[in-house]
Amino acid sequence: MFRSALIGGMVTLLSSAAAFANQPRDWQLGLQDPATDNMSFIVQFNDFLLILMTAICVFVLGLMLYVMVRFRAGRNPTPSKTSHNTLVEVIWTVLPILILVVIAIPSFRLLYMQRVIPEAELTVKAVGYQWYWGYEYPDNGDFAFDSLMLDDEARGDQPRLLATDTALVVPVGTIVRVVVTAADVLHAFAVPAFGIKIDAVPGRLNETWFKAEKTGTFYGQCSELCGIRHAFMPIRVEVVEKDAFAAWVEQAKEEYAALDAQSNRVAASAINVLSKN
Amino acid sequence: MAHDTTSSEHHEDHPTGWKRYLYSTNHKDIGTMYLIFAIIAGIIGGAMSVVMRMELQSPGDGILGGDYHLYNVLVTGHGLIMIFFMVMPAMIGGFGNWFVPLMIGAPDMAFPRMNNISFWLLPVAFALLLISIFVEGPPGNNGVGGGWTIYPPLSTSGQPGPAMDYAIFSMHVAGISSILGAINFITTIFNMRAPGMTMHKMPLFVWSILVTVFLLLLSLPVFAGAITMLLTDRNFGTTFFDPAGGGDPILYQHLFWFFAHPEVYILILPGFGIISQVVSTFARKPVFGYLGMAYAMVAIGGVGFIVWAHHMYTVGLSVDTQAYFVAATMVIAVPTGIKIFSWIATMWGGSIEFKTPMLWALGFIFLFTLGGVTGVMLANAGVDRAYHDTYFVVAHFHYVLSLGAVFAIFAAWYYWFGKMFGYTYSEFIGKLHFWITFIGVNLIFFPQHFLGLAGMPRRYVDYPEAFAGWNYWSSIGSYIAAFGVLVFLIGVVHAFARRQPAGDNPWGEGATTLEWTLSSPPPFHQFSDLPRIK
Repeated sequence: MFRSALIGGMVTLLSSAAAFANQPRDWQLGLQDPATDNMSFIVQFNDFLLILMTAICVFVLGLMLYVMVRFRAGRNPTPSKTSHNTLVEVIWTVLPILILVVIAIPSFRLLYMQRVIPEAELTVKAVGYQWYWGYEYPDNGDFAFDSLMLDDEARGDQPRLLATDTALVVPVGTIVRVVVTAADVLHAFAVPAFGIKIDAVPGRLNETWFKAEKTGTFYGQCSELCGIRHAFMPIRVEVVEKDAFAAWVEQAKEEYAALDAQSNRVAASAINVLSKN
Repeated sequence: MAHDTTSSEHHEDHPTGWKRYLYSTNHKDIGTMYLIFAIIAGIIGGAMSVVMRMELQSPGDGILGGDYHLYNVLVTGHGLIMIFFMVMPAMIGGFGNWFVPLMIGAPDMAFPRMNNISFWLLPVAFALLLISIFVEGPPGNNGVGGGWTIYPPLSTSGQPGPAMDYAIFSMHVAGISSILGAINFITTIFNMRAPGMTMHKMPLFVWSILVTVFLLLLSLPVFAGAITMLLTDRNFGTTFFDPAGGGDPILYQHLFWFFAHPEVYILILPGFGIISQVVSTFARKPVFGYLGMAYAMVAIGGVGFIVWAHHMYTVGLSVDTQAYFVAATMVIAVPTGIKIFSWIATMWGGSIEFKTPMLWALGFIFLFTLGGVTGVMLANAGVDRAYHDTYFVVAHFHYVLSLGAVFAIFAAWYYWFGKMFGYTYSEFIGKLHFWITFIGVNLIFFPQHFLGLAGMPRRYVDYPEAFAGWNYWSSIGSYIAAFGVLVFLIGVVHAFARRQPAGDNPWGEGATTLEWTLSSPPPFHQFSDLPRIK
């Protein structure tokens, strides 16, 4: 616990130059600010969908209000007997199809951009446990550490329920492949500002990728019901400059190699501390 | 039947007292029991949601005092109860039983004794589910906390206690009840239509029940298989869903959603039928585009079977698989759009009276549209990356169910109240109930769109402070909606205390289906001489 807190503190220092931290804001109405091209695309497509869908709702509401006023019993005492009109029936079948085609084109572009994973410059592994995340760096000497939520006393100025002791540290402007799995039950690894969300499934390696365009701290939360403390296993990603990342890797190798030698996961004892609170 | 008949006209096998209900083979009595059951289950399931909203009213530990598992139990219980023990019994068992035979001119259901067992299995299933709350789930905690989806491994190795076994058995029993009911409805509708009542003359409510029960019959066995595998994984050492033995947790999700996607259409399709009857009655016009309306429901039901993995965009499906499910899902918007526009066209040129059932129907049409368009947004796997498992999804499915299906149930309740019970309800209380509920549920669920977009995951007992604002208003909405339920109950008591006769047809010339040709309430056995439909 102490050692991991130490490293966590170091990372905070490293990234303190970048004031940018992405987390939900009070009374927020829309998506979080994008930190990757993928999320920018999601935000644009979401805006487009919202406008289109609002227009459809307003159109339907307008029709309903018109009908309710114009054809109320007081104003229109004798109802018509019309029950067919082939032309309007064709129109309200074909027009929605056209709207769906307009939606489908950017939708498929976005989907294939997300799921066709480019050549990765760095691979990290995220493992879901009840109830914390473990991160591994196979490209950098295969060191591994756990990341636990910090309680109110330990979290400092990190936001409540998003604060963690250690973070997934990655370099900026780098294509990072995230390999995700779980050790016990289903979890899901999600970072809203990156526009990624992928289930952690026991016995399966899932993968996603991101390329962070700016440095800073980014928060996510477990997004698949995983039991009692599902709401208390946040994800913190620190995006740092490339040289800072290299320096961090060197130190992390030493720290976590030492921890590994003790062959006991930090979390095992720490989780007890947490659950007592 | 067995006893000697004294009357030459009709043999009255009419037990009284508790036997009338426990032994009932009468579709109207069974329908009434289903409705009472649904009201009780709805109050229990609704109370669970209010407790959840109280917990979520402000960040940090609230009314549950830090019992996080209890929150998960409430999430699970609310979902299962509202789906299996409130909406389905009300729509299919309640209104379906009451009005399918009446609308097609049949004396009763095809298999009256099976109808009896269909109903009485349901309290048994409900009791099993309630028992599960009080026995051990995960070590040291009581109840099932796996969500209504009960995904393994959380539902297998994650919760070894017997609570999950009780819940699984509850679903088995409820499933048997529904399958028997489905067989009964299919047989009744195919074989017991009055002379001249061709398929293309059936009221749309009957069409909606027909499509619904076909979905039940085809999807429930898959669910029964999936939860049986869950049961054997838990208790008999099989590894269908355990990778350690060559199984796959994702297999369960495919099986579950192959059932559960049709299931969500099962919840809404009877509502489509109800709204068609109500809108046509109060606009005093025949339904616009009757055939289009009927076959739109058939299309929705059919396509509903091939879109299941749109609930699974984040499990790691290949990109082409996701692309297929995006396309297939969006197709559903077309027949759904046909229905929305046809309802509006039914009102167009009509002479609309804004009685209570019509208010609920109008509320349904708009709010279902709203829930429908967020469904189109969610269909896109690319942006679903942002929406998946957030409150955006919670808002979406409550707009189509809590504000769609439930509004349809209340429309049907007020529409047929006089017919079923013989008394008029109070228009004032009915309309008050509508407006309180309308304001309440919109206040609950509209802000949840914002929470979801901002990234708040669903099924969370606590949340970062930034989500506090909208959560507070959502909770206030929940209390308003709960007050609406109270007004509803007052309305029921008031109507039965006032005993004002409803008359055979309180709605006038707009009400053209066969049930309005009978007395209110209808005789214990109707249509001894089959009506002839021109």
